[in-house]
Amino acid sequence: MESLSNKKKVLEQKPLSFMERMYLPAIAKGMGITISHLFKKEATVRYPEVEREFSTNFRGMHSLKRDENGKERCTACGLCALSCPAEAITMIAAERKPEEKHLYREEKYAATYEINMLRCIFCGLCEEACPKEAIYLDGPIVPADYLRKDFIYGKDKLVEAPLEIKK
Amino acid sequence: MDSAFVIEKFILVAVIFGISLVIAMYSTYAERKVAAYLQDRLGPDRAGPFGILQPLADGVKMFMKEEIIPTTSNRFLFVAGPGLALLCACIGTAVIPWGSPIEIGGKTIPLQVSDINVGVLYIFGVVSLGVYGVMIGGWASNNKYSLLSAIRAASQNISYEIAMGLSIIALLLMTNTLSLKEIVDQQHGWRWNVLYQPLGFLIFMVCSFAETNRAPFDLPECETELIGGYHTEYSSMKLGFYLFAEYINMFVSSAVMAALYWGGYNYPGMDYVAAHLGPTWAPLIGTGVFFLKIVLFIFFFMWVRWTIPRFRYDQLMNLGWKGLIPLAIANIIITGVVIAIIEKF
Repeated sequence: MESLSNKKKVLEQKPLSFMERMYLPAIAKGMGITISHLFKKEATVRYPEVEREFSTNFRGMHSLKRDENGKERCTACGLCALSCPAEAITMIAAERKPEEKHLYREEKYAATYEINMLRCIFCGLCEEACPKEAIYLDGPIVPADYLRKDFIYGKDKLVEAPLEIKK
Repeated sequence: MDSAFVIEKFILVAVIFGISLVIAMYSTYAERKVAAYLQDRLGPDRAGPFGILQPLADGVKMFMKEEIIPTTSNRFLFVAGPGLALLCACIGTAVIPWGSPIEIGGKTIPLQVSDINVGVLYIFGVVSLGVYGVMIGGWASNNKYSLLSAIRAASQNISYEIAMGLSIIALLLMTNTLSLKEIVDQQHGWRWNVLYQPLGFLIFMVCSFAETNRAPFDLPECETELIGGYHTEYSSMKLGFYLFAEYINMFVSSAVMAALYWGGYNYPGMDYVAAHLGPTWAPLIGTGVFFLKIVLFIFFFMWVRWTIPRFRYDQLMNLGWKGLIPLAIANIIITGVVIAIIEKF
């Protein structure tokens, strides 16, 4: 029957011709192709020494941001934990004391904030959910480690380094 | 037999043994590097500069691995297999002339362990023995895949040995000698046998690939069908021995091809060099040229391995019995007729 799409291709399996049965021309052609690759630039990036450039929308390790005065932005609302499809985020909220005013921006803050990097799928939903622009996945690749417990990152690893106060 | 002769031969044997082991060791490294560069990669580069300590690291790894001998295997043959494979691979180097006789301190030393007058036959004998290591190992493993692989190796080697022997007959018609030393000496300067026997060389080379179980004839190690082939059950250094034997075989067949067809230690302009550098240095340059040819052949082996896909079993047999053997016989006839005509007129 006539094919309507006109895409049908009838495969013909002819017996090999004499030249094909000799194998040698085809082998020579193949050898030419492989030897040409000897002179091509290798695609390898020597990883620990050289790092491949990330694309601009790359999502890596999380960082908890500070505001322009160096105070932590996170208010421990829990929206990131709620939005997280992998349930990688947990936190414990605490109330800010008067003498801690220079540390936290609002009255409530995260006393502990933990992300399990083995659970995290780096989808970026926490980033989108955050109303305070406190969490961004703008870090490098999460490094390898030996123990599962070492992949649970606390505030010590997540919070951005304090701003240098310029005089 | 004086003791100087024994010491001289002992040193020569030790040096050749050491060189062939080192070359086999660095063939594993070269194989990975060549494979990498042919595939636009870098290959091993972590152990030492450019990864040149990689073979040592691999060796240490092999020795440290757990050694497993299956309880259902034939224990004696299981252990004997890898040793036999390595032994057969190593003794092939005994008759290869590595260079013209060298003069050290007024004493002329031939750079060949023994110049027996049936050198070519000796090589053939050793090459045929090579398959025993594979067969014994494959059978003693008591594993169906190993056994299938051993059968494949045996049938492949037997089929290709015939074509190999026939291709060499045409060469012997020309040289009138079986001694490797004389065959190499007849190719003085530019008169390399490959120029007179291109078809014979081609057949011989294809058969060498089959005899060393190298791609595209590596059916005994065909992972997709036979897991690991004849060394499926082997681990630790016994596996290392098998892999090592393959590389030494490759080195020996490269040396044989270079000696029989590509002039061995002969190179154009060698008389000029011999006249100017004297009897100590000129043979060493010849040996260097010989090793250069061997290295090029080893590179060729690897280049082919990373280019051509594996033959199917029936294709292998078709090529061997219906392709190479008739071709080799035709080659003998043509060579014989041409020689008869030349001698007549």
